[in-house]
Amino acid sequence: MANRIVIDPVTRIEGHLRVEAKIDQGRIVDAVSAGTMIRGIELILQDRDPRDAWALVQRICGVCTTVHALTSLRAVENALQVTVPRNAEIIRNILHSSLLVHDHVVHFYHLHAPDWVDIPRALQADPNATAALAQRISRWPKSSAGYFRDVQAKLKTFIDSGQLGIFSNGYWGHSAYRLPAEVNLLAVAHYLEALDWQRSIVKIHAIFGGKNPHPNYVVGGMACSFAAPAGTDNEIEENEENEASQTITQEQLAYVGTIINEAIEFVEQVYKPDLLLIGSYYKEAATYGAGPGHYLAYGDLPTGSINDINSYLLPRGIITHGNLNAVLDVNLNDTSQIREYTEHSWYANSRSGLHPSSGETRLAYGGPTPPYETLDPSGEFNGKYSWLKSPRWRDLPMEVGPLARMLVAYAKKSAPSHAAVRDSVDSVLRKLNLAPKDLASTLGRMAARGIETGLAVHWLKDYYDQLLRNIKGGDITTFDPTIWEKLKTAKSNSGVGWCEAPRGALGHWVQIKNSKISNYQCVVPTTWNGSPRDHKNQKGALETALIGTPIANEKKPLELLRTIHSFDPCLACAAHLTDTTGQTVTAITVTP
Amino acid sequence: MPENHRNHPITTSPADQQIHHQDQATEPATDDRGMHPESAWAHLQKRGISRRRFLEFCTAMTVMIGLETSSTLSIAEALTTQPRPVVIWRNFQECTCCSESLLRSEKTPFSDIILNLISLDFHEVLQAAAGIDAERAAHQAMAANAGRYILAIEGSIPTGANGTYCCVGGRTALDILQEDVRGAKAVIAWGNCAAYGCVQSAKPNPTGAKGVGELVKDKPVINVPGCPPIAEVMAAVVIQIATGTFPKLDQQGRPVEFYGKTVHATCPRHDHYEEGRFVESFDDDGARQGYCLYKLGCKGPVTYNACSRLRWNGGTSFPIQSGHPCLGCAEKNCWDPADGQSLYAPVAMTSRSPKGGSSSGSKASSRKNWSPIRSHSS
Repeated sequence: MANRIVIDPVTRIEGHLRVEAKIDQGRIVDAVSAGTMIRGIELILQDRDPRDAWALVQRICGVCTTVHALTSLRAVENALQVTVPRNAEIIRNILHSSLLVHDHVVHFYHLHAPDWVDIPRALQADPNATAALAQRISRWPKSSAGYFRDVQAKLKTFIDSGQLGIFSNGYWGHSAYRLPAEVNLLAVAHYLEALDWQRSIVKIHAIFGGKNPHPNYVVGGMACSFAAPAGTDNEIEENEENEASQTITQEQLAYVGTIINEAIEFVEQVYKPDLLLIGSYYKEAATYGAGPGHYLAYGDLPTGSINDINSYLLPRGIITHGNLNAVLDVNLNDTSQIREYTEHSWYANSRSGLHPSSGETRLAYGGPTPPYETLDPSGEFNGKYSWLKSPRWRDLPMEVGPLARMLVAYAKKSAPSHAAVRDSVDSVLRKLNLAPKDLASTLGRMAARGIETGLAVHWLKDYYDQLLRNIKGGDITTFDPTIWEKLKTAKSNSGVGWCEAPRGALGHWVQIKNSKISNYQCVVPTTWNGSPRDHKNQKGALETALIGTPIANEKKPLELLRTIHSFDPCLACAAHLTDTTGQTVTAITVTP
Repeated sequence: MPENHRNHPITTSPADQQIHHQDQATEPATDDRGMHPESAWAHLQKRGISRRRFLEFCTAMTVMIGLETSSTLSIAEALTTQPRPVVIWRNFQECTCCSESLLRSEKTPFSDIILNLISLDFHEVLQAAAGIDAERAAHQAMAANAGRYILAIEGSIPTGANGTYCCVGGRTALDILQEDVRGAKAVIAWGNCAAYGCVQSAKPNPTGAKGVGELVKDKPVINVPGCPPIAEVMAAVVIQIATGTFPKLDQQGRPVEFYGKTVHATCPRHDHYEEGRFVESFDDDGARQGYCLYKLGCKGPVTYNACSRLRWNGGTSFPIQSGHPCLGCAEKNCWDPADGQSLYAPVAMTSRSPKGGSSSGSKASSRKNWSPIRSHSS
């Protein structure tokens, strides 16, 4: 007889996720994932100026900040069939790749690590042995015995204070924790260091976009400008007065270079060695957590224009049934490919299975009256149980995210990054003594995220060098004003924008009528990964991945958290609504 | 619009309505193991921090949070005698940008905040424990510190459909807020969401999203608006909480120190405004020379925030410096500009037009009294 457990709130993610699972003989045999919050941002976009959309959708997510803004710009520009100046494209890629790096590192240390690192056990570590270990795996300068002793003392003071804060009631001492005390201490030290480091890399966003979280973008290019280089007609005198108000100064540009070099060092000397070290103690996590075996990547990080899909460093493609010998194409405009089903979602639509460009969504909460113990007392989950819809590609549930991207790049020989990805993946597999098939797992997702970060941080540097070359060569243009003019006469345009957000494939579909938004639809990574069952009762990727995950202690389902967190879910992104008919929402059912 | 919006103010017992320094003289709380948590000073001492450095820190904090330097000793006293104040942080309808922003705090690193200054006993995004164990941590902390803990809210509260647009742990955000606020000494409303409802409350506000202040009527609410608020402003508020001081608030409940002036008033491009030098289009010659962004819809003149003074990300830059107009994200209704205009439409300024006048075709230019439009009025 299976026991049922509920995890709500699932912590260390963005947003509100609930998981209900059945456990039999120490393994999860069934699971549902449910998004329990919705804001309705797509409906709010209706009738607004398409130039404003980026700023509103930016607020869908502040963790993977910028990805919705970027996707929105691309959708609007796609609808107008325009391309932005080269520098604007490069700066957008700089912001995007720095976000990928930031987000993956923060996920590893601050969201995922407590599933693997038994923090209080670090007190039992020998700082000398920790230093020796750290020096063996990396040349990071802060690896002295004294340093680890200080970290340990800080931790001891904190624990002895009796106020454990965010570490209260953790599953400390759980039998599924496998790290020696020294590795725990190393990880605690780097948890704190990563907290400091993450402040630095996002200063790139502040320089080009004014702030982080939520840097600013502009339809038609970027808002930041460069002073014309010396010796040109438009040369601007560098005096103290206008230095203060100029947009991007030489000093700031140079600072971006410094930040990038520091990021490369941190990723290569701290994050990647830690990931390999910790991963080496958890190879069992490569035996569970496999998703549906279908992977989707829209692709991103173009070396040319966003319209030059073959130039993507993160290539576009689909893998089905785990077959790495064939990469299929995905077409975001083909209405037979991507469809969203709502059989198990709290909406009252006239139809399920619509393409996002003509999607229809009306809120209709049909869950139990809060407070509730379970979303379905019968445990069958045949009805509706989530604010997330179920997007499917040709009716298949897909997994998106770093693992999907790395597998597509690994399999797609024509991708410009194919060789680099292949080398990097093979090297990590060798170090962990795993085979490519083992990547379809909880540990595989973690590894893919690290591999991607290691590549992206160098791509970030390449973009930066390219920007400097352009500016030196006299090209300082960042904005094309004719795009705004074109928007004024837009009668009826429809566009799609896409992006590979840290958590996976993100698409925005926009319809413009008489220069205003008439419809807007987002299909986001966690809608793919965290979706409920669909019209054929096929589980979403996360629901599938949980099945088979071992649970040593039902009261402390640590292993379940490992698998959930391996997807890095983001629920604020995942739940949203549209009403394409433009009617006010009348279909809300008020729970009795 | 959704029917059945609930708009009942959350009321609690009339006690604890005022915050006084004397409140800090309450007995130290015992934790669930019956131990007396130690004070921040004892904590810092163990870390080898000298009394002198500690007092320097307190002085720096006093200056930063805009108090008289004579307050230094009371800050020092609070830190030396009290266990770290308990903060319960709830996330409702939000995007987590406020939490992310606090992580960017430069002068007071986040690790110092959670290890040395406060006891962050519940935070959904960072909590090690999950599900019922996380909730238990919150409840234990609230029970042991009833009347003393600070409730920090990130996100708005949906009031439509009986609150079912946001459920955590099987309970609505409304229900959770109602319970948690009862024993709270004060509430911090982080960001535009918790202060005013932010983007989800923009027209037509499909979920009936509301800010904390519309629902909580009998506890002090500190509004810290912005999308997100500036990290250093958030940190300063946390420090004030940690030291038992209480920020001086304006009529909208915002700390005067950071929301007392418009972004325009201390903008480094202000002279260009006065002299009528405007950016007409992004990346034009004016843009390259850092001219005023008023004509591209800059909301600096009607936005009360410290962006132009403190700047963002450790003083690296701020939106106007980077070339983008201020979006006014610290103001109520910032996503619904007047007359359904674009965010890039110039704001109304007639009482004292700059040289060169406002952009042609702006309906707003005929309106009176541009300054201050929203401050202290609602």
